[in-house]
Amino acid sequence: MSKAATSKESVAVVGIGQTKHVAARHDVSLAGLVREAAVRALADAELTWADIDAVVIGKAPDFFEGVMMPELYLADALGAVGKPMLRVHTAGSVGGSTALVAANLVAARVHRTVLTLAFEKQSESNAMWGLSLPVPFQQPLLAGAGGFFAPHVRAYMRRTGAPDTVGSLVAYKDRRNALKNPYAHLHEHDITLEKVQASPMLWDPIRYSETCPSSDGACAMVLTDRAGAARSPRPPAWVHGGAMRSEPTLFAGKDFVSPQAGKDCAADVYRQAGITDPRREIDAVEMYVPFSWYEPMWLENLGFAEEGEGWKLTEAGVTELDGDLPVNPSGGVLSTNPIGASGMIRFAEAALQVRGRAGEHQIAGARRALGHAYGGGAQFFAMWLVGAEPPAS
Amino acid sequence: MATPHRYAREVAVVAFAQSDHRRRTDELSEVEMVMPVLHQVLARTGLKTGEIGFTCSGSSDYLAGRAFSFTMTLDGVGAWPPISESHVEMDGAWALYEAWVKIQTGEADTALVYAYGKSSPGPVRDVLTRQLDPYYLAPLWPDSVALAALQAQALIDAGETDEPALAAIGARSRASAAAGNPHAQLTGAVPQGDYQVRPLRTGDCPPIGDGAAAVILAAGDTARRLCERPAWITGIDHRIEAHALGLRDLTDSPSTRTAAEHAGLFEAPVDTAELHAPFSSQEVVLRKALGLDDGVAVNPSGGALAANPIMAAGLIRIGEAAARIHRGASDRAVAHATSGPCLQQNLVAVLEGDRA
Repeated sequence: MSKAATSKESVAVVGIGQTKHVAARHDVSLAGLVREAAVRALADAELTWADIDAVVIGKAPDFFEGVMMPELYLADALGAVGKPMLRVHTAGSVGGSTALVAANLVAARVHRTVLTLAFEKQSESNAMWGLSLPVPFQQPLLAGAGGFFAPHVRAYMRRTGAPDTVGSLVAYKDRRNALKNPYAHLHEHDITLEKVQASPMLWDPIRYSETCPSSDGACAMVLTDRAGAARSPRPPAWVHGGAMRSEPTLFAGKDFVSPQAGKDCAADVYRQAGITDPRREIDAVEMYVPFSWYEPMWLENLGFAEEGEGWKLTEAGVTELDGDLPVNPSGGVLSTNPIGASGMIRFAEAALQVRGRAGEHQIAGARRALGHAYGGGAQFFAMWLVGAEPPAS
Repeated sequence: MATPHRYAREVAVVAFAQSDHRRRTDELSEVEMVMPVLHQVLARTGLKTGEIGFTCSGSSDYLAGRAFSFTMTLDGVGAWPPISESHVEMDGAWALYEAWVKIQTGEADTALVYAYGKSSPGPVRDVLTRQLDPYYLAPLWPDSVALAALQAQALIDAGETDEPALAAIGARSRASAAAGNPHAQLTGAVPQGDYQVRPLRTGDCPPIGDGAAAVILAAGDTARRLCERPAWITGIDHRIEAHALGLRDLTDSPSTRTAAEHAGLFEAPVDTAELHAPFSSQEVVLRKALGLDDGVAVNPSGGALAANPIMAAGLIRIGEAAARIHRGASDRAVAHATSGPCLQQNLVAVLEGDRA
């Protein structure tokens, strides 16, 4: 009994599908949107609906579209009828958590091939409204997520002495990267650093061009076991480590600049993957950066830089597409943000990199990549590390 | 053990706790409703939050009336230092399933699963219409009782039941709750009751109420150490059906039957069934799908007709079945949870105690 417990099945990503993310997909229903991504993932894997044993779906709050538990209505569109279907919801980290729950179904040998999908169709409702429902005796969110996170960015700047130009460098980089990604929402062909820096201040120090858009979009992946991977027509990405960590929203001593849950989650993933020096051993990072300043902050939280040093990597161009630690080659959340899908897009883009299928934003020779997601009041974390080679054990 | 395990690891329910279920709890926040239940279930095993390998919860933002509602209850769990944790926007029975999978991977030996729902603040019949196809069905606001009534009438038309038989199910549920469930919301005799939506009368419909529940899972020897008679989960599976009612035979539940087959239910008889049947007519459907005969004790807790805290009621069925095994009142039990209109999605778990 315990023998079997120590040998997890290896998990491979053999199919990836995304929609072209845009501000409003008026041409499709919710069902049409998710099916588009799922069909593309199946096509990539050269599998059919009949090959799928179970479906794991995630999205951020139901209020974002105004549909309660939409997995019930979406079961038909995702070919789930007659199959198991799970619905994950862990706030902004949900896309990552959803992929991990699906991966665990394969790792535990409960199912062999699983379709996982995350989506948001923000145009059906209003995310700001969805996040602003008043609750007695709790602090209001102060005009959405930006109002919540800006003070923590300010704390990071004060703590590290980072110059106030770093945020715009990140935004300029990610928006340029997005031009190479056909699925990215924002394609700002005339972007310049000066334009980013001249954009209106929303929540000081966060400028308009340093924030994520509101997108409609979906992302899907087909996960399978070793036998399934052997039949894959294209190179799979192998899961070398995956973890979730949570901490409370509010408590005395919480470090909003570098939450302990994020550090612990990364440490667990690196331990599973045998990574001892993430800066040297990881070739590309897709991290959840909804406001540009979170790139230097997460560089430290994820162990790519010493505390207080993350902004120096950004400033030195290390995180550029041609730097030695490219961050968000896809353009990231800053260019594409269907909230519930954003975490899964990070996981999927990491997998595309190690499969060598990232197209124009491919990092040459990427062998290991990290996908990262976070949510809530910087309290929920989900990450996975994928590689081009199968895991050793 | 009667049935050989089909999975990598033996996993058992080792503790269960639930709140008293009440028509309304205006004076309690969700955190305040959940915390005593968490303390009770942990106390039953002697475990502390920091010793739990994985935590998973089930709840609904739509009941809470705000986005990310589960973040506040997580604060109540005491997730510090940080914990390995997840959440499903489903009944807690599916949170238990996710936790069971996590233990099967070998990454955790124990799991805390909890679920809660406050139905009292809003008109729950209307709220549940927001679960329906948002383009073609939800705009018509067909409420949950009306949809269940369609199912009940289909059963009557098919000759599978009649109104007196349905009334007897309601009466038996409340009598069972009165006899053995101090947490139940309704324990009195069923009033004759007016039709809510014909053919369903008051006694055929679940009470609206608030409540919470929690379960602790453990693997192998850890389970044996934490519990005198663990309730081993020898099989667990869940299936979903088409959403549109017109695509389904409402007198049957093929998803329940398929889940039961995969959970190994039909390999040996059961003595107990805890069924999540919010409407009396749904018990008729589930009995048929699960092949339960009159010798099986169905809903000795009173079931959802005696207490139906939405999002927790399914997890409570697993907890009640496990608790009967813990105290030696059952050797092999089936627990069932449902989600969606007219039994759209169903989970079946088979629980067994070690034979003396």
